[in-house]
Amino acid sequence: MSTTASNPTRSRGKAPAGEKLADWADGRLGIYSLAKANMRKIFPDHWSFMLGEVCLYSFLIIILTGVYLTLFFHPSMNEVVYHGSYVPLQGQLMSEAFNSTLHISFEVRGGLLIRQIHHWAALVFLAGMFVHMMRVFFTGAFRKPREVNWLFGFLLFVLGMFTGFTGYSLPDDLLSGTGVRFMEGAILSVPIIGTYISFFLFGGEFPGHDFVARFYSIHILLLPGIMLGLVVGHLILVFYHKHTQFAGPGKTNNNVVGMPLLPVYMAKAGGFFFLVFGAIAAIAAIAQINPIWAIGPYRPDQVSTGAQPDWYMGMAEGLIRAMPGWEINFWGHTLVLGVFIPLVLFGVVLIAIALYPFIEAWVTGDKREHHILDRPRNAPTRTAFGAAWIAWYFVLLVGGGNDLWATHFHLSINAITWFVRIAFFVVPVLTFIVTKRICLSLQRRDRDKVLHGRESGIIKRLPHGEFIEVHEPLSQEQLYTLTAHHQYEPVEIGPTVDENGVERKVKGTEKLRAKLSRAYYGEGNQIAKPTVEEYKEITSGHGHH
Amino acid sequence: MKKLSARRRHPLAAVVVLLLALAATGGLYTAFAPASKAKADESAQSLTIEEGKKLYEVGCASCHGAGGQGTTDGPSLVGVGAAAVDFQVGTGRMPAQQPGAQVPRKKVIYTQAEIDQLAAYIASLGAGPSVPTKNQYSPEGADIAKGGELFRTNCAQCHNFTGKGGALTHGKFAPDLEGVQPKHIYEAMQTGPQNMPSFPDTVMPEKAKKDIIGYLNAVNSDQTKNPGGLELGGLGPVSEGLFAWIFGLGALVVVAVWVAARTAKAKKS
Repeated sequence: MSTTASNPTRSRGKAPAGEKLADWADGRLGIYSLAKANMRKIFPDHWSFMLGEVCLYSFLIIILTGVYLTLFFHPSMNEVVYHGSYVPLQGQLMSEAFNSTLHISFEVRGGLLIRQIHHWAALVFLAGMFVHMMRVFFTGAFRKPREVNWLFGFLLFVLGMFTGFTGYSLPDDLLSGTGVRFMEGAILSVPIIGTYISFFLFGGEFPGHDFVARFYSIHILLLPGIMLGLVVGHLILVFYHKHTQFAGPGKTNNNVVGMPLLPVYMAKAGGFFFLVFGAIAAIAAIAQINPIWAIGPYRPDQVSTGAQPDWYMGMAEGLIRAMPGWEINFWGHTLVLGVFIPLVLFGVVLIAIALYPFIEAWVTGDKREHHILDRPRNAPTRTAFGAAWIAWYFVLLVGGGNDLWATHFHLSINAITWFVRIAFFVVPVLTFIVTKRICLSLQRRDRDKVLHGRESGIIKRLPHGEFIEVHEPLSQEQLYTLTAHHQYEPVEIGPTVDENGVERKVKGTEKLRAKLSRAYYGEGNQIAKPTVEEYKEITSGHGHH
Repeated sequence: MKKLSARRRHPLAAVVVLLLALAATGGLYTAFAPASKAKADESAQSLTIEEGKKLYEVGCASCHGAGGQGTTDGPSLVGVGAAAVDFQVGTGRMPAQQPGAQVPRKKVIYTQAEIDQLAAYIASLGAGPSVPTKNQYSPEGADIAKGGELFRTNCAQCHNFTGKGGALTHGKFAPDLEGVQPKHIYEAMQTGPQNMPSFPDTVMPEKAKKDIIGYLNAVNSDQTKNPGGLELGGLGPVSEGLFAWIFGLGALVVVAVWVAARTAKAKKS
């Protein structure tokens, strides 16, 4: 009653069409309150925070191009004779899957480009996730409250690997068929149930007539569906937790300093999408990927050298190639350790990655929330673990591509394999030690800079003849940035005997935790950051520095 | 005729007449000269073998022995045939520079005539496969698709899908087949040089060899039509992965740094 009598908006004339549309939508979807809550959401600016965006956008590109490819791909293993335009295969028998992939590559308008964008984007997607995960790991962004999001991201990476693998297998070419055969071998190596799983998966003996159709629904429906859900969950959690930021003046554990989602971040992110799409499309237009016409159709009796999986499965390939071909025979059964041990290791490594945030939280016993990122040097043991893992991963990639290392560097493939076998154990340890030392020396340097200032390079001669280098004191902002991090104390087991002389039972896990804690934060494993007293004493006293 | 007679005192007239006269004599000579090929007889053949033996003694005997019987440094050449010599010497593999896991292809130092002489000498030591004729190895008339199937069945294990080569044990390798003459590919299949198994006609008939050569000519030569852009060596996922990391992710990181460095100025309020 009160509003209709003297409506002030009416007097200003009709509302513009956009406002009307927005009102209409708000009445049904409640977008105003959503926008109010989220439009001013702040995102900090740092290039490494955009690695996740690279993954998100390449995922979108994969979905878009994938939809186009499904329009022309026939997921069938029926045998047909090729009559298409690629002469060196004319008259050959091949599956319909291979035939339709050739059709996409040669006859469908834009088909080859879309195929190449799809495949290149998949490689970039996985590489992006790898680097994004490393960023999160080395800066400690996985700590409370973000452990669940680490798990989401981890699952995305693993599912991405398997989505990639099933997609790579779809064209039913000689290369991917060899890869599927490899996978079948790995499954068969599992004691007792392996054979059953293999028969179930392939609908009988390998290769059968089913796996392309089955991989197809796994590749386009099951795994991407789960991944899409995980991506949404991942993003909701990023919104909910708010983004982390690096330490700096004005940045605390309780605020986020950066640009608002609308309009700045939205414009940047939107623009970045097109940049990512453009870059991947350019690569796909410049460089060939998986030329199945040159590779030929799959036949179980044929195999080629240089048969490797896409890079993200290179670790598994390396494990298999480096592993000696051990096997145990008893009572007419064979246990193929040469394949089964790599398979187990592959799983163990993945699980270790998933669990790391929980392990570190257990060691530190820290229950607080962390929204300020660590500089890698300030967490030497964690950084050393990460670097050791990357080195180990690289060793396995060398193992996975040992034949190409042999031909391109004129080496013996046997020597490379032996190198990988030894480096598998030695390189991570060496990398761990070296990285930790580098981190500690960087911490010492930070301490030095805080206490004595920056070396200016100016040499001054004093009246009595002494030469000194002038050190410039750091600004307040720099001092804050270098000393903002928290340093943990190692966990103590505490007295094992109470005041009455009664012995307390110390559990094994407690001992392990104290040991690990000492390794992380004990003496010699971190450099104490300068205290205010130290700083005051040095800067106020003899001022020659 | 008038035109011709008007120019008979042209300064170049004498040159033209001379050229015509030379062409006529030369042409007549070629037409009527006795065919020398028909005369190729026992004596020419034995002369070639003589020459070949001389070349052998200088370039090969130190490893293969004075009579081609072989030593600890080189295998016996009795019965390897002319095709083996034509392949090994014609691709520069022989004479070997140094012992090693495998003798690589290098610059050819003998002329084809000398190679033929060497081949004739080695062939005289014992029966073996002879150098194939152009008709046998020419890729013309080959069934390319059939050749591809044969290649993937018999050759790809070592030479890769399209003949890009691959690694073998202990530093040995199967070489890239790009730019290898059809004749040499044929001879390699026939004689099985170094670490390669041989595929005699009983195992792989003449026609099959021709098909394989036709396939290689279609997929791994300068006439190959390979759509989709840069081949990245044709080595499969390893080179593709490297490219994706360096140029794919690398480019995107550069773009991300660029975008992050350009930020809106906060309004002072």
